[in-house]
This record gives sequence, C-alpha cells and structure tokens, in this order.
Amino acid sequence: MEIIVCIKQILDPDLPPAKFMVDKERNKVIPPEGIPFVINPYDALAVEAALKIKDEKGGKITVITIGDKSTEDIVRKALAMGADEGLIISDTIFEESDSFAVGYILAQGIKKIGRYDLILCGRQAADWDNGVVGSVVAEYLGIPIVTRAKDVKVVNGRVNVERVTTDGFETFELELPALITVSSELGQARLPSGWGIIKAASKEIPIWSGKEIETDISKVGKKASRNQLMRLIIPSYERRCEFITGEDLHEISAKLTSKLMERRIHE
Amino acid sequence: MNNLRGILVVGETEGGKLNPITHELLGGARELVKIIEEEASLLLMGEELAPVAQEGISFGADKIFIVESPLYRDYNPDSYAHLICGVCKKANPRLCLMGHTDLGREAAPRVSARLGAGICMDCVELRVDSSKQSFVQTRPVFGGKAMAEITSLPGNIQIDTVRRKSMSPISPSVDRKGEIVDLTNEIDPPMIRAKLVNQRRQESEGIDLEKAKVIVAGGGGIGNREGFERIKELAQLLGGAVGTTRVPVDEGWVPHSLEIGQTGKIVSPDLYVAVGISGATQHVTGILGSKYIIAINKDPDANIFKVSNLGVAADYKEVLPRVIESLKTLIQ
Repeated sequence: MEIIVCIKQILDPDLPPAKFMVDKERNKVIPPEGIPFVINPYDALAVEAALKIKDEKGGKITVITIGDKSTEDIVRKALAMGADEGLIISDTIFEESDSFAVGYILAQGIKKIGRYDLILCGRQAADWDNGVVGSVVAEYLGIPIVTRAKDVKVVNGRVNVERVTTDGFETFELELPALITVSSELGQARLPSGWGIIKAASKEIPIWSGKEIETDISKVGKKASRNQLMRLIIPSYERRCEFITGEDLHEISAKLTSKLMERRIHE
Repeated sequence: MNNLRGILVVGETEGGKLNPITHELLGGARELVKIIEEEASLLLMGEELAPVAQEGISFGADKIFIVESPLYRDYNPDSYAHLICGVCKKANPRLCLMGHTDLGREAAPRVSARLGAGICMDCVELRVDSSKQSFVQTRPVFGGKAMAEITSLPGNIQIDTVRRKSMSPISPSVDRKGEIVDLTNEIDPPMIRAKLVNQRRQESEGIDLEKAKVIVAGGGGIGNREGFERIKELAQLLGGAVGTTRVPVDEGWVPHSLEIGQTGKIVSPDLYVAVGISGATQHVTGILGSKYIIAINKDPDANIFKVSNLGVAADYKEVLPRVIESLKTLIQ
C-alpha cells in the first residue's frame, strides 16, 4: 500500500476569539505572536487513518504539504506519528493560490511521486473552511473520491469507507486508487512517540519547486484565482448577558427554574 | 464560457416533496434574479418528479429541469456530480446554488473543478454587486471567527453552497407559471466508481433539531455519557430537543446527528439552553438564530456567556438536578 496524505499548516483553530485579529487593509489574518502554527486537525486525522491502515496491512505513508520551510514542523510531526516520508512543495509562484490552484499543485506533486494506491486529506482546513481541495486533487488525478469518512478500511484491493451524513452513515466501496477525505468522527489522532520524534528529527525532507513538479504557471497564484476576497471582517455575536445571582445554589437554581418556566413550550 | 444566464438551483427532495433548503434557495434566487432580470430555474432528479416540479414552480422557479431516472433516485457522489455538471452545461447559469448539505458539500467542489467555476462554500449571504456582473458572497471562515466577502469573476460560472436558514422562501402560490424541460435523454449515463454498499440512519430521538422551538445542548463540560441523561431529562421537561457540540460527539457520548455548529446543524429555536458549553466559535456560529440563549457553565469567563442573554456561572451538576426536580413538580 502506497498512501499519500495531504496536510496543511494553519493558525491554531483553538485560538480564543479575543486573540484573533485581522488586518483590514490587506484582508489578512494577523497571526498572534508566540503561538505556533499547527497541523490542520482534520489532516492529523487523515494521517491517523493512514497509520491505522499501515498498522494492519503494512505499506508506506508519504505526507505532502505546500508552503515555505516553516511547514517542516507539521511534516516532522506527521513523521513522528509514524509516516515514512515527508515532502514540501514550495515556490513563490504559489502565493495566494485558491483551492483549485492548491489542488492542482498537490496533484502535480502526487504525479511526480508516481506510485499511490490511496490519497487521504482532511475534510476541510480549519482556517478557510472550504472543503474543496481534496475534490480538486481527485478530479485532476481522475480518481474516485468520497468525503467526510469516519472509517477507512482496505479490503481485497478495494477501499471501504464509512462516512457521516447529516442523519446517519453511508458505506461506499471504491476501487483503488481513490481519494478519501477524513472527518473528526474518525476519533483521535495518535500522539508522536518518543522514538518517533527522534527518528523524525533527522529525516531529510525534500523540497520541490514549481518547476520540479512541472507547474503550468497559468494555473497557480493570485491571477489564476476564480474568486476575489473583498473584505475580511470580525463579526460580533455578542449579546448582553445578565447573570443570575443568589445567596446559594438553591436560590440560583430556583431563579433559573422560573426563567425556564417562562420560556418553555406551553402546549 | 459566455452567454451565461440566470440562476440554477439544485433541488433536493424527500418523500416526494422539496426539502426546506430548496424552498430557501428558490427564495434567495428570486431576490437575485429580480436584480439581474433573468430567470431562476430548478434542477430535479430522481423519480416521479411531476408533483415536485409543481411545488418548485409555486416556490418561485421559472423553469424546471427534470432528469427522471432510477439512476438518480438515491444520492451517489459520482452520478450526482456528473448530472449537475451535465445540466450546468445545458443550462449555462451564471450561478448554480446548492444547499450546504451532504449533497452540496460533496458535489459542489467536484462540479466546479470540472466546469472551471468559482466556488464559495457555506455562504450565509449572497447579493449582486453594483455592476450586476458578479455575485458577492459572505461566508464564515476560521470557524466563524471571521466573515469573508468574496466576489465571483464576471463572465465565469459561480457555484455556491448556502447554509440552512440563510435565505427565506417566498410564500408559495399555485398561480405561478413555469416551464418544465425534460433533460432525461440529454445526459449520458454516469460512470459510478464509488458504490454505495450500506446506508443507515442514526436513530433520532424525538424532535428534529432544525425545527425545535426549545433546545437543551450539552458540551464537553458534561464530562461523560451519563451526564447527558440530565440534558435529556431537562429537554423533555421543556418540550425540547437535545443538542451537542463536537467534543461529546468525538468522545462517543452522543450521536453526531445531534451536533450543532459549523460541521453540524444550524438551529434557530426560541430558547437555547447551553450546558457545559465553552462557546467555541464553530459551535456559536450554529446557534446565532436563537431568540434567547441561557448558558450554564462553571467558568464565569467562558465565551458562551458573551453570546448569551442569561448566564448561570455554576457547575451544572449542582444546578440541573435541583432545576429538574422543581420543574417536575411545577409541570406535573
């Protein structure tokens, strides 16, 4: 089994709203100082899904990301979790690429890797929350895709995917090679082991340029973008919150009870 | 791609009726076509579509594209992406609208990749820009911490998925007229590579979250599966539904169909009671339509209080049993 996992470095999605800031002139998020970027949590789960398959069937896992040298940290994290190879695709011509360009770049990188049975991605990146890239990669590679998986199993050269829907579950069977995007219902991503961290630290991570993956420059960067970001604003959801106070929990509970009585459904 | 005209809504049906999201999209499409002075059309696929087509017309469609075939009776990622693509090529809309539903989430990216279309997922607002050549879509990003306003390229087809309850349906009228165009024989059969082998619905207890007037929701602070028994009890007493956030779902305490927020359901009850919920933006973004929000959390600085009308800064384990007991006496 040759498995490729696409990962992305993002601003920590658990960053409290108070620390989240936007440069209104340039429509960009201002990353707060001292808070490290993280691997997109859905991508960490895609790594986990790959590791589960490798635990059972063996195989090789390659993680791939796009970005500058700073993305090395998340690649090393995936390596420390148990991935075998890491790869960064980096070029200034990629700057401000939209989801379609990102999907194209990843697909070009994957074509250069050459061999793959299964490609795994997170269902969406928890920064721009689009959930588009995985589908674009699958379309460029001409392989089938199922999104939002909670369970991915390889059985007799096929992949069985259980995925979550709004009100239940669906299981699909796909021929390999295929692309699957992974949802949070997969569970928890494993923590890197001590030995994993040591091994990952010295691992060489190749960096491929746009040229090396034979990029058609008309398909990447800002000018290829099919949409334009006009404004990025921080909305206010705030309400004026009145706190229930009281001498003790009895009094507080009693006040809350009467509030609930007022607002419950009267049949 | 030139000669783009009008807005195409991808319809979703259940039990021979249009889903609420399709009513909403048609309402939204009507607002937009009023400005661009073009037509709103609706795509319907599956079987026995004639009555649904009439419903589509009464809810605002000027034209219905029908693809009637057992191939499209059930959702399949391959067949639906293929079909929507095919119909877009025939209909050439400026804008194709889908719900941000199971279907839209999966089909929209593939269709736009194939058509070279622009895409915006999970839009909460949509308008025509002043030149009347592009659409301006607003969508939550960074888990709802920010809103992005994004414009489409003039002269290029745009595909959007729209969040539930972001657009309003028109009042349906049987007097509305519309044309029905049968495209069944114009779409090549799909190549299916992802085969559905099993499907099951999660048993839903009681009231549908999206329609509920009262919701009692528990978050990570509930601590375990047993804690949710209290949440259920309170919900029952108040005549409401049970909801949750992502942590209890990921921990396996409650089924994912109860999740509210960006990756779950969007709700708009009269009363929302948030218990042990910290108020992560990705959850909050799903409850903004609530009329009145009561939060119970032992951390007085929890973000949930900032978006609530009434707060109880106490441990739910201390408060809820007392409240439940009193409510029982008062109600019964």
